Amino acid sequence: MVAVVERTASRTPKGLGPVGWARWGWRTLTSMRTALLLLLLLALAAVPGSLLPQQGVNPSRVAAYRDEHPDLAPWVDRLGGFAVYSSPWFAAVYLLLFASLIGCVVPRARLHLRAIRSRPPATPSRLERLQEHRLLSSAAPAADVLTAAREALDAGRYRHDDHPSSVAAEKGYLKETGNLVFHVALLLLLVAFAYGHLLGYTGNRVVTEGEGFGNGQYDSVSYGASAGPGDVVPFTLHLDSLDVRYQQDGDQRGAPRGFDAKVRWTMGARSGTADIAPNEPLVVDGDKVFLTGNGYSLVFTVRDKDGTVVSKERPSVFLPRDGNNTSIGAVKVPEADGGLAFQGVFLPTELMDSKQGPISIFPDLLIPKVFLTAYTGVDASASVYTLDTTHLKQVSDNGVKWTRSIGIGETATLPDGSSITLDTVRRFANFQVSNSTGNLPTLAAAVLALAGLTMSLLMRQRRVWVRATPGADGRTVVEVAGLGKGDSEGLRAEVDALAAELARRLGEQPPDLRPPGPRTDTPQVAHREEST
Amino acid sequence: MAVYALAMVCYFVELAVGEVVVPAAAPVPAPVAAASGGSTITLAEPPVAVPAVPRGERWGRTAVSLTVLAFVLHAAGVVTRGLAAGRAPWGNMYEFAITATLAASGVLLLGLRSWRVRAVGAVVVPVLLLLLGLAVTVLYTDAEQLVPALQSYWLWIHVTAATLAAGGFTLGAAFTVLQMARSRAESRGRTPRWAVSLPASEQLERMAYRAHVFAFPVFTFAVMAGAIWAENAWGRYWGWDPKETWSFITWVFYAAALHARATAGWRGRGSGVLALLGFAALMFNLFGVNIWITGLHSYAGV
Repeated sequence: MVAVVERTASRTPKGLGPVGWARWGWRTLTSMRTALLLLLLLALAAVPGSLLPQQGVNPSRVAAYRDEHPDLAPWVDRLGGFAVYSSPWFAAVYLLLFASLIGCVVPRARLHLRAIRSRPPATPSRLERLQEHRLLSSAAPAADVLTAAREALDAGRYRHDDHPSSVAAEKGYLKETGNLVFHVALLLLLVAFAYGHLLGYTGNRVVTEGEGFGNGQYDSVSYGASAGPGDVVPFTLHLDSLDVRYQQDGDQRGAPRGFDAKVRWTMGARSGTADIAPNEPLVVDGDKVFLTGNGYSLVFTVRDKDGTVVSKERPSVFLPRDGNNTSIGAVKVPEADGGLAFQGVFLPTELMDSKQGPISIFPDLLIPKVFLTAYTGVDASASVYTLDTTHLKQVSDNGVKWTRSIGIGETATLPDGSSITLDTVRRFANFQVSNSTGNLPTLAAAVLALAGLTMSLLMRQRRVWVRATPGADGRTVVEVAGLGKGDSEGLRAEVDALAAELARRLGEQPPDLRPPGPRTDTPQVAHREEST
Repeated sequence: MAVYALAMVCYFVELAVGEVVVPAAAPVPAPVAAASGGSTITLAEPPVAVPAVPRGERWGRTAVSLTVLAFVLHAAGVVTRGLAAGRAPWGNMYEFAITATLAASGVLLLGLRSWRVRAVGAVVVPVLLLLLGLAVTVLYTDAEQLVPALQSYWLWIHVTAATLAAGGFTLGAAFTVLQMARSRAESRGRTPRWAVSLPASEQLERMAYRAHVFAFPVFTFAVMAGAIWAENAWGRYWGWDPKETWSFITWVFYAAALHARATAGWRGRGSGVLALLGFAALMFNLFGVNIWITGLHSYAGV
């Protein structure tokens, strides 16, 4: 609300009744200074959310922060520091700001409507006192001068209004229109944002090559307040293969260069194939399926001490931890006698580093190795990625922790004779299914806001007057004057142009009453530079 | 790469411009190590007594000509980089830095043509130099293909708009700094020698405003394009990730600055401070967020 006339809050008055106080509060809230302070507060309030890990953006980093700062974390929690953008104090700032905005826009919209419907303001009696003023004289009678002035104003796209000896004109109403449209669109944007959050949902599902899932069967999901499992689009998705390319050499070796998930989908009687890649989601009836992650699924076969297969070719998802896909995972074999479980670190390209031990130096499968430790017992925890070792017993070999590293096709044997074989390594894709309800209203509001903003910043409001009075020498004295509303940037040029245009139509010399320009001691830089 | 040569040329520009406007408070040149040879060249700023106007004028013209030359070389550098990579050169911080500085430099030259305030060069050019120096030394990485997340035509749209806006805001910030310096001089009632060639603070303020009025809608568009792209890549148009958050902070500061300009008692100083805060947030978003918050993983070579 770039107000020209500003209502400042009055000083705290004494002895007001409740109505008076309410009025004072509203006046204060809708004043420009308050809006400014609220804008500043909004900017500052957004800062902590970018410095502290946010639950909604990166839950694992929040968990890490809690581990690292056990004393501080509860306080951060109390202040909503892990969920800044849904915290009450953040909401308080923007809701107050929007209340202030409404309080400012509504009266201005009313004023503006009135201004659009009313005629340009009457001609001031002393035009020479205005910001810009030009004097011409013409042989034409006053009535003809005014006719010429009306034509010139039409050419300059002014709205004008006749007075006995002058013409009053105004243009640039769209500036205020744009301003109001922009601010109303911001309100709509907030509403659309909230609407999308109520009805939208986002689910994640990890799928290994050769497997599939039905929409709604997610590993993790967040439904908006008004959405639920009944709202998802009923399709199934099958991952045939995931093709991955990495940079092979140079200083960006290992950087990802391409991901391409080849999938088949079915929905009722319809089915099809598709490629899902970053920036290329699959859209099924308004639900969008994105490829947001990838990694390795290790396929193990476990045998007991007699060599009988206990679990055959079961894929275990190992989650990547760094750019070279060092991955961590777990294998749970409750079917084994007494229960068996393994924890593993998988290195797609293993290198034995003298300082750090075994590390992965490339994200693709060049020298794949998995390092395993084993436990006996049944792990009943829900996670498929980690073990809860509280009720498990670590397997040791002559008093030392049993640990083995195996490649593809290799087998590690436990002290009791049972064994685990790494049959093969497949890739998995992480698919994110998002519902895009609310995107269209949001986009519409954003486009409207941008259009309004551009209009309000680029348009200029102008008022000009032309007066024609008979002079003493029998010629007609013609005055052209202008007033800028808000900023008078470029006003002089416009009044000059209008005066020159009027002079041209009357067949007179244009006025050369140019006031001196702004003081610059530097002469103008030559427009023609030396060629380079 | 022509960038190192450019940095050299820019130093002379800075020298020359410095002679016209900032002999008293010359910016200290940062050493720029050659990406190839690794030698370090530091140019000392000789203290110059302000000469009569014609001499300063000559220096000023030289400065502008050199800036044009530097711009041409710089553009050649960016174009060859694009050709070397076989794509738009906006895939990593090094490329983004050289493109953004090129845009700022272009906007500066356009501004010099129409606004005739050469002093603005004295503020902008050192900043450009510093960023370029950073780009060549710290951020340099070989020309390669893009990571998949960036393989989208939205890269063109979003980055072009963001770069343009950054160029406009840089110019606006430069005008704001000049305006504040000048208005302090005015309020003291004497015009120090360095300020002789500056226009009145009110005019500088108007120029800053024009730069901001140009950059603000462009920046708004850049944020929106980013949101559309984010929706297409990650399934949500706004998720408060640090980059988005700092764009938001930048936007709010500039919005406040534009409002302040129309508020009694805030115009000039108040709105200027807000605009500079916005600029600080913008710079932090371009560099700080990438370096400190995300980590350097995606921008190898450091």
